[in-house]
Amino acid sequence: MATTTCTTNTPKIEKKPKVLVLQRINAYFEGVLSPHFDLLKADESSLPIPAFLSTHCRHIRALLVMAPIGTFGSSLLDQLPSLGLIACTSAGVNHIDIDACRKRSVAVTNAGEMFTPDAADYTVGLLVDVLRRVVMADRYVRNGSWMLKGDYPLGSKVSGKRVGIVGLGSIGSHVAKRLTAFGCPISYFSRAPKPNYPSYTYFPNVLDLARESDVLILSCALTDETRNIINRDVMIALGKDGVVINVGRGALIDEPELVRCLKEGVIGGAGLDVFVNEPEVPEELTHMENVVLSDHRAVTTPESFKNVLELAIANLDAFFSGKLLLSPVSC
Amino acid sequence: MDKIGVLVTHKPLPYLEQELTRRGCRLFRLWESPESRRLEFCRENSSEIRAIVGNSNFGADAATIDALPKLEIVASFSVGLDKVDLPKCKERGIRVTNTPDVLTDDVADLAIGLTISVMRRIPSADKYARSGAWKKGEYTLTTRFSGKRVGILGLGRIGLAIAKRAEAFDCPISYYSRSEKPHPNYTYYSTPIDLASNCDILVVACALTEETRHIVNRAVIDALGPKGVLINIGRGPHVDEPELVAALVEGRLGGAGLDVFDNEPHVPEELFALDNVVLVPHVASATIETRTAMADLVLGNLEAHFLKKPLLTAVV
Repeated sequence: MATTTCTTNTPKIEKKPKVLVLQRINAYFEGVLSPHFDLLKADESSLPIPAFLSTHCRHIRALLVMAPIGTFGSSLLDQLPSLGLIACTSAGVNHIDIDACRKRSVAVTNAGEMFTPDAADYTVGLLVDVLRRVVMADRYVRNGSWMLKGDYPLGSKVSGKRVGIVGLGSIGSHVAKRLTAFGCPISYFSRAPKPNYPSYTYFPNVLDLARESDVLILSCALTDETRNIINRDVMIALGKDGVVINVGRGALIDEPELVRCLKEGVIGGAGLDVFVNEPEVPEELTHMENVVLSDHRAVTTPESFKNVLELAIANLDAFFSGKLLLSPVSC
Repeated sequence: MDKIGVLVTHKPLPYLEQELTRRGCRLFRLWESPESRRLEFCRENSSEIRAIVGNSNFGADAATIDALPKLEIVASFSVGLDKVDLPKCKERGIRVTNTPDVLTDDVADLAIGLTISVMRRIPSADKYARSGAWKKGEYTLTTRFSGKRVGILGLGRIGLAIAKRAEAFDCPISYYSRSEKPHPNYTYYSTPIDLASNCDILVVACALTEETRHIVNRAVIDALGPKGVLINIGRGPHVDEPELVAALVEGRLGGAGLDVFDNEPHVPEELFALDNVVLVPHVASATIETRTAMADLVLGNLEAHFLKKPLLTAVV
């Protein structure tokens, strides 16, 4: 935040720090950020990006990245020699080449825990909607079937289902807290056991977790280790009544295999907010009644965006004043 | 229960039908008669019928009870008994049982599920994701559920189960009840309007009685307001349905999740075009696990009665 420091009657307004924006920025975000920062918007220039960067961005120290789309790696960093911070407003940063940033001493901040409550809520909503068939039942009412065909087929009880969480981080632990109130015993797979959660059962691998679970919840980051972590073997272990809920990244699941397993009845259902190649949704899924599909909206609430922007501002302010970043991504 | 005549008012769970038959009951299937012939059907078989298995749509009203002089017990396949003429049963010495507790979790689960589905527009998301119209980078803003104020009408078994779940979402809990309950963490309001004025999500979780009919009326709907959400997992008549429909269509109420309606299976068609409502066909206890447990309670109560043992879940 620009501050006035002198004692004369005319306040001296310090120049707002410059922040580069390469993606299109919406009016709401711009409205919140522009009082604090001088936003340098690439899409307002007639220059193509490489020329824009070399002409205007040699002294740029901070880059704001909003949508987790595209790739931000070496070739871009090489054109931003003064860059010290990439401030992301997403939780996931797999679109940022963290290694390349580390090599160039470029810090990366993300949305921290700002999206967590919404992501956890949406996960629970998807789970209830899959098991209790809410979306299909709503359709049944609206198309007149209740009048014509009578009662809707029975669903499956949520309370008491054994829940297996893949990744007991911020989102995973918030989901666990919510589903504990539904009487669901919680198990998890994580890189290491979490001593803060003694009442949750740790499994050292996803296969064992799946074997002992009725529901698998994916709430981990997408990395090389977690790509396709949900494969056919895991789904076979989960079983014919098993349900997978994914609000992480599409590529956590072997998507063609998921479609096959749903078709063959290897698993019982799925709730999916994310897909490997959004906005493409595998066509076969769109005809299935035992799935709930969603357009990557698990975290898009005004409450989240307000909090995320405040955090981004705080990170940028800290950076420009040489203070500790609030939500650095560990490199 | 050999040769005991049981009037089943609705198409039963196959497991329940099989078990009643296996235990020797003679079943009289009321739902198979057209509505206009039902009393006649009862009278024709009145010499045999000693028990009724009712449900939330058709229990045992005064006319039916009068038509069955040998009726000894009404075992309702529901927890709500608004369709059973309880005073008449008491007068005739007819026992009445219901299915409490076994369905509490399912109903509470659905109440929370409906709330999230309404606020986060999950059915719309699903429709959109299937449509092929989803464009790259587009996202839809919906309202957060966590932390919103949840107001519960009726803090009985189901109300408490809903409160317990909502607390895990950091929702402050308030309630209206005939009298204040020993729950210091929950804020008590002495009228439904006060409750509605002070919450974001209003859940109907009380029994349907003469006093609670239209407990959610125009004034309460207005108090809940254009950002408020109504969740009804009670009974249709708890809510003034025409007022509710008007409020939703006109934008005076923010949204609704409805499992029950005034005249099921009729649902006001004006609601079909709205994406801030979620409509489900009375499924709050409709899971295989719970319906089986409910059937076991019905069977257990009937058996206890005819074996002259204490009933499991008697209300009368």
